[in-house]
Amino acid sequence: MKLSHDEVKHIAKLARLGLTDEEVEKFSTQLSDILSHAKMLEEVGTENVEPIAQITGLKNITFDDSKKDCAFTDELLKQSPQSVQDHMIKVKNVF
Amino acid sequence: MIDLSLAETHKGLKEKKFSSTELTQAYLDRIEKTDDKLNAYVTVTKEIALEAAGKADKEGKFKNPLAGIPMNLKDIICTAGIKTTACSKILENYIPPYDADVWARLKNAGAVLLGKANTDQFAMGSSSETSYFGVTKNPWDPERVAGGSSGGPAASVAADQCVFAIGTDTGGSIRQPASLCSCVGLKVSYGRVPRYGVISYASSFDTIGPVTKTVEDAAMVLNVIAGRSDNDSTTPDEPVPDYTKSLKTGLKGVKVGVPKEYFEGVEKETADAINQGIETLKKLGAKVVDVSLPLTRYAIPTYYLLVKSEASTNMARYDGIKYGHTTDDAKELLEIYMKSRAEGFGDEVKRTIMIGTYALSAGYYDAFYLKAAKVRALMKQEYEEVFKKVDVLAAPTSPFTAFRIGEKMDDPLAMYAADTLTVPAGICGLPGLSVPAGFDKNGLPIGMQILASQYKEENLFHVGHAFEQATEWHKKKPEL
Repeated sequence: MKLSHDEVKHIAKLARLGLTDEEVEKFSTQLSDILSHAKMLEEVGTENVEPIAQITGLKNITFDDSKKDCAFTDELLKQSPQSVQDHMIKVKNVF
Repeated sequence: MIDLSLAETHKGLKEKKFSSTELTQAYLDRIEKTDDKLNAYVTVTKEIALEAAGKADKEGKFKNPLAGIPMNLKDIICTAGIKTTACSKILENYIPPYDADVWARLKNAGAVLLGKANTDQFAMGSSSETSYFGVTKNPWDPERVAGGSSGGPAASVAADQCVFAIGTDTGGSIRQPASLCSCVGLKVSYGRVPRYGVISYASSFDTIGPVTKTVEDAAMVLNVIAGRSDNDSTTPDEPVPDYTKSLKTGLKGVKVGVPKEYFEGVEKETADAINQGIETLKKLGAKVVDVSLPLTRYAIPTYYLLVKSEASTNMARYDGIKYGHTTDDAKELLEIYMKSRAEGFGDEVKRTIMIGTYALSAGYYDAFYLKAAKVRALMKQEYEEVFKKVDVLAAPTSPFTAFRIGEKMDDPLAMYAADTLTVPAGICGLPGLSVPAGFDKNGLPIGMQILASQYKEENLFHVGHAFEQATEWHKKKPEL
């Protein structure tokens, strides 16, 4: 399989990742190689196999759904490179 | 004193042969003298270290085995007030406001932080070459890589720049560099050590563990860092035994499985060294049986499809808004995302995001992500079956010894193949230990990997310690 430049650009847009033309060219080759290699999984029969997304076997670990104070809210907000007003980060216009 | 193991150092402190301040200063001098050659540290926390050492000396009892012990943390482990960069540009100036659980536990035990160690950017890599701060060089041959992603922790332990280090292992990132640098590297069972405060790579794979000079040292560190945490709901309520109790020397009654698939495509000198190591286990009384794990050949694609998918979602938090680098060249919101991420991420991180996004996108999800998640379920079963028959598996850690810097950088698939023998434990959440097991004709270290079933770290310590006591490999030191 071969990924076109347009497909690479589409994926990059979905991922909110700006790419240069050189990167588009390079990733189109490298991603094609990697995904072609991954096709070897087709050899493994997986009919009626339940997929797993975790490995502990733990189920429904819950905690009280109640409000808790965060010890470092202000310090977290200070991390923002954008301007902060009234405990809110101010972002640029969407359009 | 800097060549001592953790157990020996603890004894020395307790018997007042040296103070923690003297010890810490000796390590700081060693770092200053050798790190130009290695680049194992990205931050040295001299004042913080000397202050902690002074505090340990003043208290003076050294009751906890880690009290007054100088060590380092891979730079993806959050340290309140100390820069934590993931060795990336996007977090180049990030100072976390809180401690990771693992660091809080170590600090509480009295450990002395020498600094933060180098890693592949966001732990994505097998050679430490993707670090924004440059590659970590192998102490045995500075033209070669130290391995990765925990290259800094492994090189610093091998070069006596610390007593022990803490790394992370998603698909081999502790065991492989430990093998390439000749130290002991422990990947714990998934969930054994809480991940809170450790910058995520792949959340259902990531584990945190020690790199040490001996197997005993690894058991001593795990005693302090293991156990469930309210901050991480994926830490099961499994009891934490005293792991040093499993350090026995004989192997009578122990069943060791040798998986033939772990020897396919392995360099001859590595395979020979491991076969010799298995002979040693036999001499110690272990019963050795051949076993087969046929899905091993599918481990690499299974691993990278799942890990890159999980990583692509984890990396979404770096948006140029909440924290980290932001572009100064954006007029609207979308541009902030696109440009901040383009400027802040390195090549392998971008590749990871692209593969993961593709594998999770509509139309390809079933063929890639879901298929790999099913193969993961089958692999887990395969390992569960094999561990009904044997106590541990013994195999090489890496298919080859340390490779040259630059050799695999333009070929991602060749780089991924470096993890062929370590990813299965990541996929299945199993614990694994790499112990020094020989050298090739170029004088490069070879590691033997021991694997056990989930939460059976004790078996690793038992077999690893017995092997170490019967061999001299771990005593050899690189000349710097």
